[in-house]
Amino acid sequence: MAGEIQNPIIRVRDVTVQFGATRVLDGLNLDVKRGEILGFVGPSGAGKSVLTRTIIGLVPKVAGSIEVFGVDLDSSSTSQRRNVERRWGVLFQQGALFSSLTVRQNIQFPMREYLRVSQRLMDEITMAKLTMVGLKPEVAERFPSELSGGMIKRVALARALSLDPDLVFLDEPTSGLDPIGAGDFDELVRTLQRTLGLTVFMVTHDLDSLYTACDRIAVLGNGKIIAAGSIADMQASQHPWLRQYFHGKRARAVMG
Amino acid sequence: MSGDPKLERVAKGNALALCATGTWTASFAPVLERMVADAEQLAGSPQSIFIDVSEVAKLDTFGAWLIERLRRSLTKGPVEAQIAGLSANYSSLVDEVRRVRATPVVDGSTITIIGMLEQIGRAVAGVAGTMAGLVDMLGAVLAAGFRVLIHPRSFRLTSTVHHMEQVCWRAVPIIVLITFLIGCIIAQQGIFHFRRFGADIFVVDMLGVLVLREIGVLLVAIMVAGRSGSAYTAELGSMKMREEIDALRTMGFDPIEVLVLPRMMALVIALPILAFLGAMAALYGGGLVAWLYGGVQPEAFLLRLRDAISIDHFIVGIVKAPVMAAVIGIVACVEGLAVQGSAESLGQHTTASVVKGIFFVIVMDGIFAIFFASIGM
Repeated sequence: MAGEIQNPIIRVRDVTVQFGATRVLDGLNLDVKRGEILGFVGPSGAGKSVLTRTIIGLVPKVAGSIEVFGVDLDSSSTSQRRNVERRWGVLFQQGALFSSLTVRQNIQFPMREYLRVSQRLMDEITMAKLTMVGLKPEVAERFPSELSGGMIKRVALARALSLDPDLVFLDEPTSGLDPIGAGDFDELVRTLQRTLGLTVFMVTHDLDSLYTACDRIAVLGNGKIIAAGSIADMQASQHPWLRQYFHGKRARAVMG
Repeated sequence: MSGDPKLERVAKGNALALCATGTWTASFAPVLERMVADAEQLAGSPQSIFIDVSEVAKLDTFGAWLIERLRRSLTKGPVEAQIAGLSANYSSLVDEVRRVRATPVVDGSTITIIGMLEQIGRAVAGVAGTMAGLVDMLGAVLAAGFRVLIHPRSFRLTSTVHHMEQVCWRAVPIIVLITFLIGCIIAQQGIFHFRRFGADIFVVDMLGVLVLREIGVLLVAIMVAGRSGSAYTAELGSMKMREEIDALRTMGFDPIEVLVLPRMMALVIALPILAFLGAMAALYGGGLVAWLYGGVQPEAFLLRLRDAISIDHFIVGIVKAPVMAAVIGIVACVEGLAVQGSAESLGQHTTASVVKGIFFVIVMDGIFAIFFASIGM
């Protein structure tokens, strides 16, 4: 356990991912530290979602190794892997809620699989999770098709958090939300990270999120991490894409 | 470092202290729930209650909620239970959980006889709705067809040709294979049973009439309903789910004209072609079996076939094909456009599309049989 606290919670080493002849990730290295909110940025199509999906194990890699919670996911046994999966939560870009289940059933789905708790406790925890993500209890009996975009993201976050994971992956959590909703969501992620002691891996395009929510930022370009550090490091960087990103018109507007 | 969770009672005069220790997390939830329930029972009615959580090694939402549940249930009248010894790390989590309102009542819909009767009633009433939906779609397709006739430029030829490739050209191998096998089976069974009367040669009559009038087109229609009707429903249904159909409408396009009409046209053209190819394959298969198994020489088979069947048999068969195609297409498109937001709904409507498509094809076939019998064909 002591080693786990010092070691990064996610350790990505020399990971290469290829689709046909196109190499999307090329010998990428990345560490995510315990308890931090890492913002992950990069141009569209650079492979941000690919890296997220590779870490989760949805996309096969050609070379390299990935350790999550100190477990190498390639050489781990099935029970070790399940144990790791139980400790992370994933928020997909479109929410990926199960469309034939209600909000309540969606949130309870992982609990039913992994825990043996009474229906009463599951209902109460569901209400707690809904309150945490800022939704009213009435939402619980609705189906995903009856929710707005922002509500879908919140419910998806509640489902990602339903087993009290140590690590959450958020794939563009604020895309498609209005600025107020996006701001609330950033605040929510911050609050949850504080209260639950989460580590957050957040793929984002939202400059506001980077400024307000993230502790550290990693930038992806040409299949590698071209920079990682605090927002101040990013602003000081001379890399052309970073200069454009953090000193462009929109960035200036955010900084005021 | 972290042990099993415990909840110990320490009574001090009129005060009750409950000391929580160990790991209060989701993995221990069943144990925790039992302990909390026991503590609620045994609390009695002391003057003041403290829940001491200073020895809790680890706390998550499950543990925090159970402590909150205990606090709420012990708070009766003037006595308010207090949580003591909360570490700074966990205080925000406990505060968060404190904001949770009590669970609203979940409506557990139970199965009753009235409810079952109600469902049957709704299903019967639904049949009328289905028929109205089909007639509605037929009208909409015909109206779109007339619009296209007046403005032929608005006809979507590329789309129609694309769907023709999908439902006709790509269906040829499987349709020909299956009808060939069916032809073989009919001939084999015919020969096997007719041989007892020495009437082997009549197998040619049976094969010709059966394949050209009934089996050929019916079988092909059923296969097309399963193969292409389901595809239409799934395509239109997933477009509906992703709001693509709404998008078309807002751009000023009529989904019937853009999506349904080309599919219907493709099917109406494809089914007679497939029925013809299927009939030929079945006759070929039957002839082959008659020759190899029944010893009927190909020349004799062809001569007999020419005597046994007339062009009427072929017309009766092939006239049914476009009508059946229209029925399959309309059912598939109505079901596709009726899909709601969920994946389950898509599955239900695709199933309904195939089941209803096959049902209506057989009903149509029956109506045609009566019709042709009445006019003496």
